[in-house]
Amino acid sequence: MEVQRHYLEFERPIGELEAKIEELSRLSDTAGEGAFDSEISAMRARMEEMRREAYATLDPWQKMQVARHPDRPHFTHYVAGLIENFEELHGDRKFADDQAIVGGLGRFRGEPVVVMGHEKGHDTTTRIKHNFGMARPEGYRKAVRLMDLAERFNLPVLTFVDTAGAYPGVGGEERGQAEAIARSTERCLTLGTPMVCTITGEGGSGGAIALAAGNRVMMLEHSIYSVITPEGGASILFRDREQAPHMAASMKIVADDLKRLGVVDRVIPEPPGGAHSDPQAAIAAAGDAIEQELKTLLGLSPEALRAQRAQRFVAIGRAGG
Amino acid sequence: MSMAEIKTPASGPSGQPERKRGWLSRIAPGVRKIAKRESPENLWEKCPATGEMIYRPDLEASLWVTPAGHPMRIGPDLRFAYTFDDGVHEEIEAPTSLDDPLHFTDQKSYKDRLAAARKSTGEPDAMAIAYGKVGGVPAVVLVQDFAFMGGSLGVAAGETFLKAAEEAVRRDAPLVIFTASGGARMQEGTLSLMQMARTTIAIQTLKAAGLPYVVVLTDPTTGGVLASYAMLGDVHIAEPSATIGFAGRRVIEETIRETLPQGFQTAEFLVERGMVDRVVTRKDLPQVLGSILGTLMMGRSRKAA
Repeated sequence: MEVQRHYLEFERPIGELEAKIEELSRLSDTAGEGAFDSEISAMRARMEEMRREAYATLDPWQKMQVARHPDRPHFTHYVAGLIENFEELHGDRKFADDQAIVGGLGRFRGEPVVVMGHEKGHDTTTRIKHNFGMARPEGYRKAVRLMDLAERFNLPVLTFVDTAGAYPGVGGEERGQAEAIARSTERCLTLGTPMVCTITGEGGSGGAIALAAGNRVMMLEHSIYSVITPEGGASILFRDREQAPHMAASMKIVADDLKRLGVVDRVIPEPPGGAHSDPQAAIAAAGDAIEQELKTLLGLSPEALRAQRAQRFVAIGRAGG
Repeated sequence: MSMAEIKTPASGPSGQPERKRGWLSRIAPGVRKIAKRESPENLWEKCPATGEMIYRPDLEASLWVTPAGHPMRIGPDLRFAYTFDDGVHEEIEAPTSLDDPLHFTDQKSYKDRLAAARKSTGEPDAMAIAYGKVGGVPAVVLVQDFAFMGGSLGVAAGETFLKAAEEAVRRDAPLVIFTASGGARMQEGTLSLMQMARTTIAIQTLKAAGLPYVVVLTDPTTGGVLASYAMLGDVHIAEPSATIGFAGRRVIEETIRETLPQGFQTAEFLVERGMVDRVVTRKDLPQVLGSILGTLMMGRSRKAA
């Protein structure tokens, strides 16, 4: 049987080693108990070492692949791991329910909150249901509705951002995709309760900032935040998609660069092999960071929260990074 | 967020038409330029809609609207001249910001692109501010210049937008913006994306001061610009037949694998779909703007009294 794990291009040597380990384990089964135990454990140690090394030195293009990794924890997993009493709320009260953005009420480590985020889905059925995390106007209008609710009941808003971008379709254009995004960004900025945003995978352009104009914006170590996909940027500026790795590096889409530029406030470290290698640890680390940031905001007045948000964004790009 | 399709400024008074390199440039580069300078060709402009050749003085007399009624793209100078009463206005200097924050290079360096755009337009970046009376009402007017790197939104334009809102509040005057943009400036990466939030903050300061914010969408207004300050006006007006859309036409066609109908993503389409209040011709704009701003400001002063 073949190894089932999903390997990225740069992980191929690790995958090959893992396949060898499996083969040796099978041989070990037929050759008698524990025949190759020491070899196997040495190879496993070597494999973990290779993984750690690879993930410690990822370039932006590789990080982008990790950010899009199909096994990376998604919104549903963060909710399951961090939110008690989650009650999903559906619909924008205008046209439809867009499952590319999921949201509702819940409690985060004891605090009552509104929680929402993009959900990409994890198999064919759920990917179609959630439209691969690419929202239509209804998704952003649902987000606005949930923020209105948060404001009325004095609930902090936690968002989890993971989208390639807003869905480019005919219906979306007809129903005001741009207006819906603009209103959602605006609602984030006018919110009178604390808002903590975590980019967990892909922060894709306007579709991302519509849920990420908060008091605190954090990124997971291997997530990306970008004005356009590197592929899209390459096809416009170079007319050549092969230039996408170059664009990934030049556009400064990775967490450390964006921390330096003041676009994000905090980088959340991931487990040695990336969030997908140990989802529980990644989710817990995100939870701890959110808890710490939220604590610093809970005592502030609505005016102070709005002013902090405005100052935060106005300062970006001014100090020279 | 950026639209690939609308890259080259159409020929117009503020942007040099970009020509395909033909046989003449291949065998004798530069000759075309020399020929062009003195040639009467300069007296003629091609209508982007019909292809018809139009006599330049006629175009100037018609505010750069073609006989077919197609408003051609114009830059800040002409827009200020056409918008303010008798063209009288005070220019407000755009704030300076850091050039090329990411040291970005694609086929050309971003620094070179900026230098070229500054040379051809005479403007520091894609947005210019002025103050004067529009239809009798004092107003701050912002103009986005498509000839400057496709009117793309970067840190400099964001700063200019913030400054314009600040000036409007300081002068107790409404803000009117003429939008024209292919979207975000990719050469500034995620910093350009942040301008969607920054300009929205500027609009909040106008709202807090109870001042009108009116958007005039001109050809083209797309991508991240449409998905931020262009869709957050108290009133939305558009010039006839302007291209207005979020996602690029080609991107949508590639996604849905169908050809989009004619008239999709036009000013008239957005009026039909309830996103824009009205289409107004260039000639009528100052009067309509003055009337709308006048009524809103009258209501505001009654509230204050």
